[in-house]
Amino acid sequence: MAVKSNLINMAVCLTAVCLVCSALLGGMYVLTAEPIAKANAEILKASIGAVLPEGGELSEAMPIEVGGQPSEYYVSASGDEVKAYAVKSTTVGFGGPLTLMVGITPEGSVYNTSVLSHTETPGLGAKCTTDERFYSQFKGFDPSGKILSVTKDGGDVDAITASTITSRAYALAVKNAVEAIKNIKGE
Amino acid sequence: MSKRKFDIFAKGFFKENPTFVLLLGMCPTLATTTSAINGLSMGLATLFVLVLSNIVISAIAPVVPDKVHIPVYIVVIATFVTILQFAMQAYTPDMYKTLGLFIPLIVVNCIVLGRAEAFASKNGIVDSALDGLGIGFGFTMSLTVLGMVREILGSGSIFGWKFIAGDGLLVFVMAPGAFLALGYLMVLFNRIAKKN
Repeated sequence: MAVKSNLINMAVCLTAVCLVCSALLGGMYVLTAEPIAKANAEILKASIGAVLPEGGELSEAMPIEVGGQPSEYYVSASGDEVKAYAVKSTTVGFGGPLTLMVGITPEGSVYNTSVLSHTETPGLGAKCTTDERFYSQFKGFDPSGKILSVTKDGGDVDAITASTITSRAYALAVKNAVEAIKNIKGE
Repeated sequence: MSKRKFDIFAKGFFKENPTFVLLLGMCPTLATTTSAINGLSMGLATLFVLVLSNIVISAIAPVVPDKVHIPVYIVVIATFVTILQFAMQAYTPDMYKTLGLFIPLIVVNCIVLGRAEAFASKNGIVDSALDGLGIGFGFTMSLTVLGMVREILGSGSIFGWKFIAGDGLLVFVMAPGAFLALGYLMVLFNRIAKKN
């Protein structure tokens, strides 16, 4: 069994263990830093691709204010003609921040949406990523004719069963994105 | 494999099943078993940490002063959990998206520290590895079964394959359903175990 403790061997043991462990972690971090960055970039690229029409050259990330918070957006253009915008929009859902990528056409209607990250309840709010009946409502949503909020609040979006708060956050994120692009074009 | 070694490995499945008999690690058990695949992944992640931490702890236990043995074990366990987290983030980003939140919690999963304290610190490296494998697979089995039951009742699907349209009994996806399903499974499990 273990050796009897005294001040010196306790300090030596803890220092040695911590040194070895930090060295291991540092090594692991260096090893995985590149694949992690690549995986994250891929997720971002895939989400932008999913919410924008095909074709068009994608710009670098540009700063924008969405719902009073700093965020970023991308412009897809062919030549001088803007084909669509992709806006990152974050609101607070039931379990924490809900971040969406929202594709918006130059006319100001929604092209498509996709969830970047969320911490909603699995099986309930988390369905906003899998329930097609819910997220397909935003595809081609024209905010000039319809209202971007859940039916409970007098809008035109059907909420996910038992997940009104998540649905509200989702609709608000889309709405903020639409308004942010409107502001940019108004400038 | 000798009889004794086999017993060390096999006890994790029935005699000392961490979920249904020892009732250890209830937090990840209840939180991650909303579907069979989540339960399975969480079980395998815990298995990985458990085996490696058992091996390392059984190797260093003889030279660790007894007053600092808990902090030393926790540092070792936390190191393996963080390594796992980096690896998952880099190579299985999809799985990390669903389980990422719970991976750091493996550090405080009492099964891991419990096995380190009760078994690995008193036994050799091979036995400790076998113990980690047995308990780890026992945990994985329990979590997968619990996840399957909750997924079938709560979402009407199994391993993501849906067999009814619409929702199931939503309560089974939420925390109360987790307790209900776990309770009934425990009764069933102990009844079967008693008969044998």
